[in-house]
Amino acid sequence: MIKTIASVKMPVDEILQIKKHRLIPDGKPLAGLKRISIVTGIHGDELEGQYVCFELIRRIQAQRESLTGIVDIYPAMNPLGIDSITRGIPAFDLDMNRIFPGNQDGDMMEYLANQIIDDLVGSDVCIDIHASNIYLTEIPQIRINELHKERLIPLAEKANVDFIWVHGANTVLESTLAHSLNSRNTPTLVVEMGVGMRITKSYCLQLTEGILNLMRELGIWQGETIPPRRPIVSEHPDDVCYLNASMAGVFIPHVKHWEKLKTGDLIGRIIDPLKGEILDEIRAPIDGHLFTIREYPIVDAGSLIGRLLRVDHS
Amino acid sequence: MQKKIIYEIKSLYRDHFRVNGYEFGDGKKSVCIVGSTRGNEIQQLYICSQLVKAFKLLEQENRIKEGHRILIIPAVNPYSLNIKKRFWPTDNTDINRMFPGYNLGETTQRIAAGVFDVIKEYTYGMQFTSFYTPGKFTPHIRMMKAGFENTDLAKKFGMPYVVLRNTRPYDTTTLNYNWQIWETHAFSIYTTTTSQIDKESAQTAIRSILNFLSKENIVEYHGHEGYVSLVVEDTDMVPVRTKSAGIFESLVKAGDEIYRGQLLGQITDPYEGEITEQLYSPVDGMVFFAHDEPLTYADAAVYKLVAHEKV
Repeated sequence: MIKTIASVKMPVDEILQIKKHRLIPDGKPLAGLKRISIVTGIHGDELEGQYVCFELIRRIQAQRESLTGIVDIYPAMNPLGIDSITRGIPAFDLDMNRIFPGNQDGDMMEYLANQIIDDLVGSDVCIDIHASNIYLTEIPQIRINELHKERLIPLAEKANVDFIWVHGANTVLESTLAHSLNSRNTPTLVVEMGVGMRITKSYCLQLTEGILNLMRELGIWQGETIPPRRPIVSEHPDDVCYLNASMAGVFIPHVKHWEKLKTGDLIGRIIDPLKGEILDEIRAPIDGHLFTIREYPIVDAGSLIGRLLRVDHS
Repeated sequence: MQKKIIYEIKSLYRDHFRVNGYEFGDGKKSVCIVGSTRGNEIQQLYICSQLVKAFKLLEQENRIKEGHRILIIPAVNPYSLNIKKRFWPTDNTDINRMFPGYNLGETTQRIAAGVFDVIKEYTYGMQFTSFYTPGKFTPHIRMMKAGFENTDLAKKFGMPYVVLRNTRPYDTTTLNYNWQIWETHAFSIYTTTTSQIDKESAQTAIRSILNFLSKENIVEYHGHEGYVSLVVEDTDMVPVRTKSAGIFESLVKAGDEIYRGQLLGQITDPYEGEITEQLYSPVDGMVFFAHDEPLTYADAAVYKLVAHEKV
């Protein structure tokens, strides 16, 4: 059943509609059933979640008899952004993930954000799938605000990701969808994986298996699932080392994503194509796993090149 | 006057990115004025250029009081101004969402940190800024309720309005908020326009700053004293919202006095030319904000009104 959860009239013969696909068990009353919500496309340039939505619906429909709860799938929270390859909300240059929980009496996008929250609140778990951005590739991971870690880490461990990153509380992040829902007693996991404007099929399939596993744990799915990967859980800020470009240039990587590096290993070079010179070499400052690596080659001074997750030798 | 580079980074192919500052007087860090932080803030750039011109004259005529240092930064983001892009060219981040910055962080965090390092610890901080929705404002001073706001001080500008609003989560990374945290008396100054130059409201802003500095005994200025400012809470403004979408025509402009029941604007069907909606004022008052683009969405607050009486 496909339903429009929010809509706004646009100036010239168009209605902006945010839609969800609800999958329910055949012939059962809905009262008392558990509900999982899968959300993606808040940033219009992040497409990894598109394939997850497709694959999840396909798997459920192929084995409908195994569905024992409600699955709500929202593939395009920012349909104008997805359609126009725009990260934010076109026409406003506004990051949609900075306007939650929205406002019933606010401007158009605040109103939509409020409608979205109203529809999602009450889910037993919500998964908000992001795809980094066009600059960085991420290993499948779940990011958790430390304020909500007790409740969320046990759920995240079932989602078949490689890494769970518990980060510090940040006031700015209070206007995200995840924070708004977690603050309203709706546990919400933020997945980051892959890269903007692309679909990494292997990551999408990995996460789909994880979602099915989580559904099984919650009593929403009785079909076969695979045992989830055991993710590395990082709770300490010192576990993660940021690598930033020292100067502007073109970044040429020397290693692969998720490679285990030793201190001093070459990660990549910043080159100057005009002069034909190597401007800088980026080397691993610690032993660790490279869980983020730069995808987009052009860098300014300060551009993020990658992130290393410290390997514990103790 | 001393022109100095506040922050500089090298680019691969463009000229160096430079943030320039103009310093007047000497002594303690007294007043810092920041103009455009985004690539479409042309009015904000223009006002600062006129302020630099005015302060050159004040300095020549010895009308800056001893012991006061005044810094004006017309543009924090010249790269974006030059390519007509609102935010940072490569990653579309907003420098005014990066304060206080981080000198080992990403590019715009570094710019914010480099600039903030210079402009913090001033007694007074004034920023010309803009709003994300398209429209024109009545000139006003906007203050966040961060716990340090002083409306009596804000009234000294002599702007028509002083607007108070609650702090939102994303405000904590703005220049205004961080100035306040560092004990600077911070004021956001809004004039009528952003991407177009409006000389009349620019002059109102320049006069208001000179008035304020005169009352604080920082410069000698004998111009028009301005308005007796009305302090308004953002939440007390009366929005007028559209029910339909289409071609928008406003019959009033920001600053106009309006009466209850007055026709403010109308929406026309973009294909058939029929009027689909007429927007009437629910109050006697004044137009504080008016949408100024020819198209509108439904559910858009195209006007914000200040009522003369409580509604």
